[in-house]
Amino acid sequence: MKLWKTVLAAAAALALATATSAFAARTDLVIGIPLEPPHLDPTAGAAAAIDEVLYANVFEGLTRIGPNGEVLPDLAESWSISDDGKVYTFKLHTGVKFHDGADFSADDVKFSLDRARADNSVNAQKGLFAAIDKVDVVDPATVKVTLKNPQGSFLYNMGWGDAVIVSPKSADTNKEKPIGTGPFKFQDWVKGSSITLVKSDAYWGAPVSLDKAEFRIVPDAAAAVPALLSGDIQAFPFFDPDSVAQVKDDPRFHVVIGSTEGETILSINNKKPPFDKVEVRQAISYALDRKAIIDGASAGLGQPIGSHMSPANKDYVDLTGRYPHDVAKAKELLKQAGLENGFKATLKLPPPSYARLGGEIIASELRDVGIDLEIVPVEWAQWLDQVFTKKDYDLTIVSHTEPNDIDIYSRKDYYFNYDNPAFDKVIADLNLTSDEAKRKELLGEAQKILADHAVVGFLYELPKVGVWDAKLQGLWENAPIQANDLTKVKWSD
Amino acid sequence: MSAYLLKRLIIAAATLVLASMVVFAVLEIIPGDPARLMLGMNASAEQVEVLRNQMGLNAPLALRYLHWAGGLLSLDFGRSYTYSVPVIDLVRERVVVSLPLALIALALSTAIAIPVGLFSASRRGRAGDAIAMGVAQFGVAVPNFWFALMLIYLFAVWLRLVPAGGFPGWGAGAWPALKSLLLPAVALALPQAAILARVARSALIEVLNEDYIRTARAKGMPYRAVLWRHALRNAMIPVLTILGLQFAFLLAGTIIIENVFYLPGLGRLLFQAITQRDLIVVESVVMLLVAAVIAVNLLVDLSYAVVDPRLRSRQ
Repeated sequence: MKLWKTVLAAAAALALATATSAFAARTDLVIGIPLEPPHLDPTAGAAAAIDEVLYANVFEGLTRIGPNGEVLPDLAESWSISDDGKVYTFKLHTGVKFHDGADFSADDVKFSLDRARADNSVNAQKGLFAAIDKVDVVDPATVKVTLKNPQGSFLYNMGWGDAVIVSPKSADTNKEKPIGTGPFKFQDWVKGSSITLVKSDAYWGAPVSLDKAEFRIVPDAAAAVPALLSGDIQAFPFFDPDSVAQVKDDPRFHVVIGSTEGETILSINNKKPPFDKVEVRQAISYALDRKAIIDGASAGLGQPIGSHMSPANKDYVDLTGRYPHDVAKAKELLKQAGLENGFKATLKLPPPSYARLGGEIIASELRDVGIDLEIVPVEWAQWLDQVFTKKDYDLTIVSHTEPNDIDIYSRKDYYFNYDNPAFDKVIADLNLTSDEAKRKELLGEAQKILADHAVVGFLYELPKVGVWDAKLQGLWENAPIQANDLTKVKWSD
Repeated sequence: MSAYLLKRLIIAAATLVLASMVVFAVLEIIPGDPARLMLGMNASAEQVEVLRNQMGLNAPLALRYLHWAGGLLSLDFGRSYTYSVPVIDLVRERVVVSLPLALIALALSTAIAIPVGLFSASRRGRAGDAIAMGVAQFGVAVPNFWFALMLIYLFAVWLRLVPAGGFPGWGAGAWPALKSLLLPAVALALPQAAILARVARSALIEVLNEDYIRTARAKGMPYRAVLWRHALRNAMIPVLTILGLQFAFLLAGTIIIENVFYLPGLGRLLFQAITQRDLIVVESVVMLLVAAVIAVNLLVDLSYAVVDPRLRSRQ
């Protein structure tokens, strides 16, 4: 008897739920993400997963990056730049509140920028703030940032997740309980399981359509497909390329292949013999068959690259023809370098599948020209320690996912061990240039130098494979920065 | 009895101390810096140093060991480097998933394995035995993540009876929480049941060959009664041993199943902590698991005495 009552009640509730959903579109969303953020403060960690939950949703900056990588106004409604390019005056939105009720003003901007560039700062992208000389509060709605030298990328830099504006009251507790100014506020975090955001009714800008968004952590690519099919999770903005075949013909889902800022490269230790010889590095570039690598490591998705720049970038120069796959040419170059009998080296591979799968293909391609690679799989922690910090490696595969990061080749002591004053000069000039045409020219030159010197083996741009419910609209197609911006997301009917 | 218990307790304590040293030392040796992992590839060496100081990673090794081990004694497990919350809070959140899951799986596996073992042993060599052991062989051989995926496609995608994964938390109600543990428990239990059934069968067969079984039968006791009252009880010791080992495995060795069902269990906490070099979490969780395994073994040792009265009188 009791059982029957429960069943009836459940049926009635179900009928009611279906009836209401016929009148109003859904306003909740469950999004699958592969990695859990270590904490929820975008200003204190490099993990992409932090921004993938919070960027644009909970936290906002002076500027923000749009779906195609463009710089848009955010908390700053407008700005003016002095003639010498050194003083930026930002006009801020008024009536903005943090989620804890605190008022947002120019003081918070000064606090956030000063905190990020302080001596004891643990901001993972402290370099973004390096050009700032001082930050002055003009009035509660105006802030003036003075730079040490003109910096062409300053407005872009202020749009990074690491440059979001935080309140002095909550800055120290954002790791556990993030307080921002965005259209969503943080509700709860069940560690290992999910992070839930809800609509903030006090939001200053255009209100969002979703009432509730839950980010659910699904570490196993094999589990993502049944989660979609059962309807438990309605969107995977970063889906495993190898699983796409299972859903791409299903009309219930949209499969969207976009681009990222992830240049996937075969990094070379430029100081370690025989890789210090340009012929050897060029031979490696000739030995690589990018199409075979993309097919094997990323299910055929992803665009080949010839230098360190995304094909989606407006300053991209197509250099993929610089080193066509040519085994004979590679052997000839090795002979010129006095290595006609080939040599042995190691290839250290971090955990992502593009590296592990791509590594096997590259090892076999290099074997064809006489380079015998020993594959050494490593964890991320080991990779950062041995390869990145101690530079104890010959070759490795990694995707450099930071946007517009061609300057890494000019960094002192960077793990490529590449040292070229001519290239450094181009980057130094670039940093001081804000004229678009001139920047484009310099960036083109930088790309060409890297390709000519075959500093690393340029492989392909990591694809962004998104799969979501066909009724869902407004998710980003590309990933110009690491984010899942939900501000424009809604259910159709 | 008390001397037996005392001896067991001393051994358990010594094992704990030894394990704490080994765990700490091993984690110090493996390469990887938690501060560099947090800050990523764009941070400078000076910044990593700043964070290392903030995390207390630059203190001398021995001092850090004493600090940590001393904390353990007062049940203070330290704070997570990455999550920056007390480790005990993390563990508490995970145990409420892992412990019920392990218990359900263990109950299921016992409920399946003992009857199958009895059935097979009593029909030794006949068709029923061959079929049951064939299925058990299959159960041992099938990888549990594959079996788990098949269960998901059948019960979650096709029949839509249970969610495909995830854990709503006990706050969402007992039934939704239990429902999300059902498939993982079955996926975990079946291979364990297969192993246990084989052990139970061979233990029973051995016992059934004993003289006292023939005597019991000869004096006219029904076969079924002999099987349940004499044979099963005497075959329990190997079964209990395996059961104890399985429980320890189920508590933390379920990382693959936790991944397939994206459950926030202890296994995943441990795995995540290792990849993020959240050393303090790894050390403390491993120590808790060591303690749990020792406790279970102690319990199994004591349960021998329950099923076997001879152990009770032996000093």
